[in-house]
Amino acid sequence: MTDYNFAYLDEPTKKMIRRAILKGLAVPGYQVPFASREMPMPCGWGTGGVQVTAACLMPKDVLKVIDQGADDTTNAVSIRAFFARVAGVATTTRTAKASIIQTRHRIPETPLREDQILVYQVPIPEPLRFLEPRETETRRMHALEEYGLMHVKLYEDIARHGAIATSYAYPAMVNDRYVFDPSPIPRFDNPKLESPAIQLFGAGREQRIYAIPPHTRVVSLDFEDHPFEASKADGVCALCGAEDSYLDEIVADDAGTRRFQCSDTDWCAERRA
Amino acid sequence: MQPAFADPPTDSARAFRAIMQAMARPGTVHEVAAPAPEGLSPAAAATLLVLADQTTPVWLAHGHDWLVFHTGAPVAATRAEAAFAVGPWDALAPLGDWPVGTPDYPDRSTTLIVEVPRLDGSGTRLTGPGIETESRLPLPDARALAANAALYPLGVDLILSCGDRLAALPRSTRIHPEDA
Repeated sequence: MTDYNFAYLDEPTKKMIRRAILKGLAVPGYQVPFASREMPMPCGWGTGGVQVTAACLMPKDVLKVIDQGADDTTNAVSIRAFFARVAGVATTTRTAKASIIQTRHRIPETPLREDQILVYQVPIPEPLRFLEPRETETRRMHALEEYGLMHVKLYEDIARHGAIATSYAYPAMVNDRYVFDPSPIPRFDNPKLESPAIQLFGAGREQRIYAIPPHTRVVSLDFEDHPFEASKADGVCALCGAEDSYLDEIVADDAGTRRFQCSDTDWCAERRA
Repeated sequence: MQPAFADPPTDSARAFRAIMQAMARPGTVHEVAAPAPEGLSPAAAATLLVLADQTTPVWLAHGHDWLVFHTGAPVAATRAEAAFAVGPWDALAPLGDWPVGTPDYPDRSTTLIVEVPRLDGSGTRLTGPGIETESRLPLPDARALAANAALYPLGVDLILSCGDRLAALPRSTRIHPEDA
């Protein structure tokens, strides 16, 4: 027994978040405003994802939380412990065993299934925000499907660097209508946005929720002569030898020796088991 | 007066999961139920208990007292102010009077909970987000709903309820009335 309401949030708050989630699923990629609450952690630590997870959790769920692919970092450990305490749900680090996965900035390497829900922590939900600071303007640009500015940004990448240099939070078009920010996942993960799982995005400070239903068309923006590429570091995992997973670069000693390691700790551990 | 959920936090959580799965996968039918007043199906009653509160005016054909007592939701006097509307198709049609959202805020639309006589995976062919290849639902008026889908990203979203089962038809679903 816990002194908290199931999953921490009060029921009226959950109703409000649940309504926003349903609207988000009905209009994939559109950012639904919601009345984000104060959570017992600061903004920037996943308050949006935590509120979405709290509104979705059922008592029989098995929750996994990752922070840039890792189950064992501070953010992931504390959010997992939070829900174990306030919702009494089982937790796991195994992607295949989880029914809900809350993630900060990665999509697991293990392919997701129909019966899984992926909840993203989102810092800046508006893909146009760094191009146009006014909310009134970006809202109008989405309404008019006016995304030329985003293509100019990608073009400027090519003009400066010879290729599209945007390597994370790579913008994509959802259901041929809304350009959206997939949160700062590496662009290596963008192809996985077309998934059999339900994907929910929560931005706490910015007070937005959006969603991608299963099997929804998600196209990363590109040009005919500069097609989208899901890039990763050119290396091999020093632990499991994987060549096809997303790699973190790690400085291994004082001499500056570098090595690569799978960012998805569960996937890497499974390969070595 | 009929009761509501026995344990609101966990009963609502389970019912919401069913509603969310229905909305995320148009054409799939899910079981969900709550104690319902006369004139409301258990699935429609559960949907209202999960989603309606003081901020969501509800337009409904039956069950005013029960809804107000358990959720505090105001009864919508006009269609234009309804966040939710509940009733059989004949009471809710034509669709033209319900808010469909605005280009800036397509979420400011009514969600219709339509009580239907039959709900299974047969009927009009559906494609679009949430549907891998195609799915089917028996729709009350496929042409009117196809016209609603043509407003995308505006439009109303539907939850179809029948007894203790429900399915959903978000505005994003492409409807093929010629293939029923």
